[in-house]
Amino acid sequence: MSTLDKSMALTGQPPAALSRFQKLAVILGLSGLFIVLLAGFNVDFPNKGIWLIISLAAIFIGVFWFTKEAYAQKLKGIKNDGVWFKSISSKGLWAWITGITLTGFYIVLYFFPEYLGLVKNGSNTGIIALFDPLSRLLSGNPASQWFVYGSLYTVAILAFGIKFIWKYRHNRYEMIRTISVMFFQTAFAFIIPEIMARLNGKLPYYDLKNVWPLNYYNFERYRINAFIDSGDIGMAMLIFGILSVFVISPFLTYIYGKRWYCSWVCGCGGLAETAGDSFRQLSDKRLSAWKVERWVVHSVVVFVTLMTTAVIYSYLGNDTSKYWLTKNTFLIGVALILTFVFVLVMVFKREQFQKDALYGAIGYFTIIMALVGFHYFSGDGNVFLFKSETLRKSYGFLIGSIFSGVIGTGFYPIFGNRVWCRFGCPMAAILGFQQRLFSRFRITTNGGQCISCGNCSTYCEMGIDVRAYAQKGENIVRSSCVGCGICSAVCPRGVLKLENGPLKGRIDGNEVLLGNDVDLMTLVNEK
Amino acid sequence: MENIVIIGNGVAGVTAARHIRKNSNKRIIIISAETDHFFSRTALMYVYMGHMKFDHIKPYEDWFWEKNRIELLRGYVSKVDHQKKELQIEDARILKYDKLILATGSKPNKFGWPGQDLHGVQGLYSKQDLDLLEINAPNREVCKRAVIVGGGLIGIELAEMLRSRDIPVTFLVRENSFWDIVLPDGESKMLNEHILEHHIDLRLETNLTEILADESGRVKAVITDKGETIECQMVGLTPGVSPNVSFLNDSGIELGRGIKVNRFLETNIKDIYAIGDCAEQNEPIGNRRPIEAVWYTGRMMGETVAQTICGNRTKYKPGHWFNSAKFLDIEYQTYGWVFSTNGRKEYEEHFHWRNSTEKICLTIAFHKETRKFLGINTFGIRLRHEIFDKWLNEGRDVMHVIKYLKDANFDPEFYAAYENEIADKFNLEYGSDIKPEKKNWKRIFAIG
Repeated sequence: MSTLDKSMALTGQPPAALSRFQKLAVILGLSGLFIVLLAGFNVDFPNKGIWLIISLAAIFIGVFWFTKEAYAQKLKGIKNDGVWFKSISSKGLWAWITGITLTGFYIVLYFFPEYLGLVKNGSNTGIIALFDPLSRLLSGNPASQWFVYGSLYTVAILAFGIKFIWKYRHNRYEMIRTISVMFFQTAFAFIIPEIMARLNGKLPYYDLKNVWPLNYYNFERYRINAFIDSGDIGMAMLIFGILSVFVISPFLTYIYGKRWYCSWVCGCGGLAETAGDSFRQLSDKRLSAWKVERWVVHSVVVFVTLMTTAVIYSYLGNDTSKYWLTKNTFLIGVALILTFVFVLVMVFKREQFQKDALYGAIGYFTIIMALVGFHYFSGDGNVFLFKSETLRKSYGFLIGSIFSGVIGTGFYPIFGNRVWCRFGCPMAAILGFQQRLFSRFRITTNGGQCISCGNCSTYCEMGIDVRAYAQKGENIVRSSCVGCGICSAVCPRGVLKLENGPLKGRIDGNEVLLGNDVDLMTLVNEK
Repeated sequence: MENIVIIGNGVAGVTAARHIRKNSNKRIIIISAETDHFFSRTALMYVYMGHMKFDHIKPYEDWFWEKNRIELLRGYVSKVDHQKKELQIEDARILKYDKLILATGSKPNKFGWPGQDLHGVQGLYSKQDLDLLEINAPNREVCKRAVIVGGGLIGIELAEMLRSRDIPVTFLVRENSFWDIVLPDGESKMLNEHILEHHIDLRLETNLTEILADESGRVKAVITDKGETIECQMVGLTPGVSPNVSFLNDSGIELGRGIKVNRFLETNIKDIYAIGDCAEQNEPIGNRRPIEAVWYTGRMMGETVAQTICGNRTKYKPGHWFNSAKFLDIEYQTYGWVFSTNGRKEYEEHFHWRNSTEKICLTIAFHKETRKFLGINTFGIRLRHEIFDKWLNEGRDVMHVIKYLKDANFDPEFYAAYENEIADKFNLEYGSDIKPEKKNWKRIFAIG
């Protein structure tokens, strides 16, 4: 239909076209990346520190300049003109080029770090060597591929965070939330762990805002030993890690919904909301996608629970006189916790469960209980039916690398910016489960004001068909909602509001379309 | 099985179909000449602006219709024969019905301007109009300037659309301030400023006299009643809409401007109903106009007629008036009745407040003597529909509204709040001493 030239975003007509300065800004940003790339081909930069600064500054200033050109001259308000005309944001050529490049980067990063210049037992070369000066400054150690990744990741969140704030400068919720993710990424994910390594070399690298099961490796043997070996501070961190899972996160999710984490704190969410903002409209909204989502993400939860249980089990002893936590007590503990949650849900929230979710829950619960049972009755050396090491390795490979990195971020321009969070993140699934059943958070639909325009659904990065609820006058209470607030922002009629309110009246399945006469509303809602 | 035929797949017709399906097993056929599937008409603008693709503005996935056994038929009904209970579909077959629902919507007004049918002159209502706009004004090279005639909601939407592609726009408005036949002066003036901020060449109190053609029959300029000639490649005619009923002229169905219906949405012919934009009420309902071309009223009529069709004859009783719109970057909501400054009822008093820096304002209408709250308009502040519905039901006075306004705020979290500022101004003007109460969930949820 559209007669706009959609082939290349850099040319053509407004609003898809870039201004001359925007083109220069793109070139500046890419030149920063080009320096990194040159380092990758072992161009030996003298004075690496200065070249690193030049490179990162070029990336940062490029994004900043682009943003200024895009928004500074415009009045504040929604800035989605031409989103579906631009090649980069509508799965055009530029989107595919970017997607393939990012994917390539992730494959090298996870599986071939030697191409980035990682040298075991020697000094680094290539890209990693370029980042050595910064790493030495922070932790005193040479850089690793993860330090390179962390640095670029932080620069991306900061630069595109500024872009996001500028774009949504009429919306204080979006501004404050973005400042929050920028802060948590820079301080908690990037700087604090490096400084901790400098202060106490024995401490395991710990991004304190990462909570199990997102950091699925947190309770592995080497980390537990390291925590214990580093004295009080180590123990404090271990206890904090456990409290995060069982106390802090359920408490905050009860009050604020899972957004306190997913769109205010989390690093994956941080990148998705900032660098990934241009791709939020690409998420799949079909009902079929929602079905796939529920099966996949809950399978990951089962997988990570099994895997972690197996790993912890494998290094515990059998002798109660040595340490109170033995293989058996641990397994019984896991079974008790799962049963507790299951019973809680069945007793209090059965009606709120949709049918297939109920089947899923019962199914998974049965499997886990059966596996625990197997162990007791078979009594061989493995946990459950698997070798714990195999489980851990396959989880790390399939979920930790392929899903969260290669597909999750590499495919931003094709599948949207929250593919990992929606289909793969076990943390999001657990928080979502709680958000659906035990939380004050909801998106309130404003009476009968919806005009079914579809902006909310289109710009929902989690692929929620927001409109399907709003046009019926129903509140939106969905486990996957990360509370980014964009549906509310793009709504032209003021229909949606994210809020934390009383549990009563939170989920309202009625067609309450105000403006109608009361008798008709009663009739319409007769079941 | 009874055969229900609905002409028109807009919100009125589709809502009727959905609710008939909910309550019955009747056969349902929806006929449309416009599109295969229902879409949100109010969202057409976002397709041109690139916010969404056409698929995004369809509220239901394409499998929805078959799953719910709602048959969709693409065609133009040229004749209704109520004696034989048949429809003639142009260049196609005859279709029998047992009950017929007319939900044919509107068509853009044209007032007989010379040149109004030239190439490059168009309205903005249908999917076809959107496709035509892509031909008439795809970019600023093909369309170096556009002129829009008619200062209403569609006019300003069209201006926003064209500006999104950087096309210069001249906006001819008959009134001496934008939409001041509906809005109080303070609000209308603020919108004038906002229109200019968007670099739209707003010409108030200016009418179209003639549209000029070039040698190929395309528009090349317009002449205004001020005698000015404005060169342009596209003319948007947006002086309102009227019911799309001309195909019923000799059908025996009683027509006024629209299809005449009683409070049960029944026409003068048995088993034929009319809903949505095309329906004209025989007897007035409160302050409402006999024809209301509004999304929400179409939806309510659809729900109502579905009850009647399914054996539960139900009167159309719309509740308190509400509406909303967005003018470029400024959102507008209204609950109850606030009339324009000139159109005010003799008992109606207005309290107006505008923020000194932001483009945010509100007007509260109340009864001069009793102080009873009548209605509210807000620009740049979102309000909770339920709360105002409740206050109107309870017959609250304006002091109550000022005092509990925080309960009604629906802006996103962390937004600047203006209730105290508003109360200060009200206290100053009316010598009162109202202290706004904090937001309270218990009050908000104490509904029904």
